[in-house]
Amino acid sequence: MPEEPGVAELFKALADPTRRVILDELVLRDEQTLFELCTRLVSIHGMSSSRQAVSQHLDVLEAAGLVRVERKGRYKFHFLDTAPLARIAERWTSPHHPEPKELS
Amino acid sequence: MKIYISSLMVTDQNKARDFYTEILGFVVKHDIPLGEHSWLTLVSPGNEDGPELGLEPAEHPAVKPFRDALMEDGIPATSFAVEDVYAEYERLLALGVVFTQKPTEMGPVTVATFDDTCGNLIQISSYAG
Repeated sequence: MPEEPGVAELFKALADPTRRVILDELVLRDEQTLFELCTRLVSIHGMSSSRQAVSQHLDVLEAAGLVRVERKGRYKFHFLDTAPLARIAERWTSPHHPEPKELS
Repeated sequence: MKIYISSLMVTDQNKARDFYTEILGFVVKHDIPLGEHSWLTLVSPGNEDGPELGLEPAEHPAVKPFRDALMEDGIPATSFAVEDVYAEYERLLALGVVFTQKPTEMGPVTVATFDDTCGNLIQISSYAG
């Protein structure tokens, strides 16, 4: 069965530990600036990612549909979107073809 | 050598004087007319002989793109100390101040970031204990 478009981007996005931490922090507080995410990674997780690296991670998360960027006035905020994760659950926990009923 | 002044670029000195005194509560130390602008510095209430904050006109063409880029990413231009970030957040919010970062605990320090309406983001911070 061919994979749906975007599936590769989704798994690529989730494969990186820094990107998973970014998602964790967006669960704790949605709508964060790049500055807030960077300070959280450094001060809470002891990660030493540069602002540029975090920005690139956010681009990957955005391409996978896991992060949504919204401009409000002169600031740019990042929001979490968990909708793409449903594909993972559907694929392995809700089989498309139910098992055939046993013959009585 | 000791620090006596630190400067911020502001888009409008008159507007900045109002915001920094009436909303934030700083006190004007010098306001000396200098051509079309002023040599404008502020001090902290109760520490009038302490370090000054200079509010300088953001005239140079390089200032706007630099500050816009910082603004977009939520990066503060400078940081002020407060007793209690949560209380200050509520006080400023009631005065219509726009925050880009709500109070956030970062280990021993709690921070928040707001817009000074003159082209800068400002962080406030308080230390626990």
